[in-house]
Amino acid sequence: MNKLGNMKTNITLLDKDGIRCDGRKIDELRKISLQVGILKNANGSAYIEFGNNKILVGVFGPRDVHPKHLADTNTGILRCRYHMSPFSVSERKNPAPSRREIEISKVIKEALQPSVILNKFPRTVVDVFVEVLQADGGSRCAALNAASVALADAGIPMKDIVSACAVGKVEDNIVLDVNNEEDQAGQADMPVGYMPNLEKITLLQLDGILTPSEYEKCIDVAIQGCKIIYKIQKKALIDKFFKGDIA
Amino acid sequence: MTIIDDLKKNKILGLLKNEKRIDGREFLEPRSIKIDIDLIQKANGSARVDLGSTSVIAGVKIQPDKPFPDLGDRGIFICTAEILPLAHPDVEPGPPGEDVIELARVVDRGIRETGMIDLSKLVLEKNKSVIGIFVDNSIINHDGNLFDACSYASTAAILSSNLPTWELKNDQPVLLDEQSIVPITTIPVSVTMGLINDYIIVDPNSDEWKCMDARITMITNSNGDICALQKGDSGSFTYDQLKECSQIAISVGSKIRKTLMQYKINS
Repeated sequence: MNKLGNMKTNITLLDKDGIRCDGRKIDELRKISLQVGILKNANGSAYIEFGNNKILVGVFGPRDVHPKHLADTNTGILRCRYHMSPFSVSERKNPAPSRREIEISKVIKEALQPSVILNKFPRTVVDVFVEVLQADGGSRCAALNAASVALADAGIPMKDIVSACAVGKVEDNIVLDVNNEEDQAGQADMPVGYMPNLEKITLLQLDGILTPSEYEKCIDVAIQGCKIIYKIQKKALIDKFFKGDIA
Repeated sequence: MTIIDDLKKNKILGLLKNEKRIDGREFLEPRSIKIDIDLIQKANGSARVDLGSTSVIAGVKIQPDKPFPDLGDRGIFICTAEILPLAHPDVEPGPPGEDVIELARVVDRGIRETGMIDLSKLVLEKNKSVIGIFVDNSIINHDGNLFDACSYASTAAILSSNLPTWELKNDQPVLLDEQSIVPITTIPVSVTMGLINDYIIVDPNSDEWKCMDARITMITNSNGDICALQKGDSGSFTYDQLKECSQIAISVGSKIRKTLMQYKINS
């Protein structure tokens, strides 16, 4: 989490040819693989590998709300739990939800909410369970990508898919999809969630310093990244439902 | 949302269409900000901020501590927030919910990411002993937009804090009889904007807070750079709206920064 860390020491984040510490160019995403419908008991599910992130998402519902007082008579509600496995990071993580995980759960829920139509299911809940099996930088974006296709897999009516990636500032350059090293030692990290068809931003956070023009460029770069991820999400859904028959 | 909230939303929307707000403010006008400092003598610094009728007391405690294992050359900064049960009839005592956790983390992020406090100057001995600055916000009256109220209170409290000095004797920090000031590099200003049916309003009060579609908190530093962001609630923003919000945050923020500046102690 700390960008002020003293780990800057020996890694070159960006060399003179514009190549990053993991060999990518500044506008290149990490390798992404996404599968839909991999959990038998869940109504919808997805598994994403986003760089070294490995994340499982299961969606349940619409179903009865427990505890009952949370039920809304006008609409269905969305809930999200983002959780990291104790073995997902270098030092064992305490399995109890941390403040960071509670915040990310809320942010992911609010990023998905504009994309789902739940007013046809009053008094019900749709639960999204995110389990981070292995964490790298940008796990909230990776989780959001998987969660959105898992909702589609569950047959929840949706206006759009939410695609997400982070942009950052490294050695004064705007780079797409920051990895763990860049997140730790870089100058800024900005996760963005985007609905590509509605052209709306549903998730936006930033830590680090950006000038107003860098800020605008960052959103721009992130949107381009999200559009690439959107194609991967669409393909994953087609692969499941049409066995790849339709291009 | 209750029926009352529904009715209020219709009222607020009707007013916004006529370019009016429910409390008579302009769209980009924050509520009046009243700041009192040094109310708590036992704290190293304290401030009460009244943002309209949202009231927060922030207290700063400064004490020696062990550094974080991976940050041995920096002091510690921790900021928390709590909505006291006396702040609103709907608040119940108990462990903090996700709203309060988000609030505390966003306020903390704003001060941390702007680099307001030069933590490298708060080291007694590298990797062994550092100075910790703890800022705790107690919300005593809730009328919406706790993000900005807590941010202003924390900032004013830090700016007006005395920094005690310690020296290490046999690895134990010993308090010296001199005071200095907290090393400040920049002054963060948080500006929270609400989006109601594509109308952008600054500093939503609790009526507006309940019926807005989405909100965004932007924290800028003294150079006018954007240092921290948090989008919240279940709506979404277009690219153009976000651009507009950043311009609003910078211009509204620079006025508020002048108010906060007055509380800075000079060496």
